Amino acid sequence: MLTVECPECAATVELPADVEVGEILVCPDCGVELEVVGLEPVAVDLAPEVEEDWGE
Amino acid sequence: MRVGVACSRVRVEEKLIFQALRGRDISFERIDPRRVVWDLDGGGLEGIDVVLVRCLGHTRAYYLTRWLEGVGVPVVSSHRTVATCGDKLLTSAVLEEAGVPTPRTVAAFSPGAALEAIESMGYPVVLKPVHGSWGRLLARVNDRDAAEALLEHKSTLGGFLHGSVFYIQEYVDKPGRDIRVMVVGDEVAYAIYRQSPHWITNTARGGEPLPCPITPEIDRLSRAAARAVGGGIVAVDLVESADGRLLVVEVNHTPEFHGAAKVAETDIAGRIVDYVLEVARRGR
Repeated sequence: MLTVECPECAATVELPADVEVGEILVCPDCGVELEVVGLEPVAVDLAPEVEEDWGE
Repeated sequence: MRVGVACSRVRVEEKLIFQALRGRDISFERIDPRRVVWDLDGGGLEGIDVVLVRCLGHTRAYYLTRWLEGVGVPVVSSHRTVATCGDKLLTSAVLEEAGVPTPRTVAAFSPGAALEAIESMGYPVVLKPVHGSWGRLLARVNDRDAAEALLEHKSTLGGFLHGSVFYIQEYVDKPGRDIRVMVVGDEVAYAIYRQSPHWITNTARGGEPLPCPITPEIDRLSRAAARAVGGGIVAVDLVESADGRLLVVEVNHTPEFHGAAKVAETDIAGRIVDYVLEVARRGR
């Protein structure tokens, strides 16, 4: 199973098997949103805050 | 055939779309609007036959679609659709022109004129931002005290857009649900009820998706609304009024469908991909 360290709280975050670059994960320990920014090697970064013009 | 999918966040919807593309052996690339520098002469788009825009941010989708059309790359949905759906006042204007029934809607450009309009419409009314989604910043205004307070807050704190354009709509006393319909091209892909005890029924706000039969009237109104805004792939929101009318409230570009995917009987991502491929085949 792929795992990565949360850049906010250093917890171990598990990635789903079908993970895609751009997917958002939530750290189970601190609750921060993480954006998957790379797969080889796996890398995550803090996801951007929701902006006012986001939506459908 | 090579498909570009413009998106920053990859949500459930984008994963389903990627799966549908892979299932059809279609080569695709994700275009992250945050990381690409767009050249006005179209450089960097070589080999892309069509772009499906799935941006979360309206502003990016607005400019990106205009750019792609300008350099001759087919895009779903069109700039006209994105520009119209991204602005509730423009949406209301084209729906009215097309004869699509909507709740009574007025707009005003100062708090004084807005208050006058609200008073003459009668309470309750709904105040909505012209730009915005997911049911954010909608306000049900029940009396004059609330209207005065809201208008003062919006004009003082709301900045350029929220404080200078007031979009005022008749409050429709709907039966604890609205109807969300996805139109792909000129066909209805699915309809769902969004049920909620709250007057805001968006799935993003907790509305529960339930199957809804596609009646002839839902089919006709949804397709008419989609055509009015410029077509492509859109989601039409309808409400049932207490006196039995079916009214189009808004039309969304880049619809989310993770809730609908649980109850709709169609392969939504597959329908989206097939339509995008059809647009590409129509050609540059």
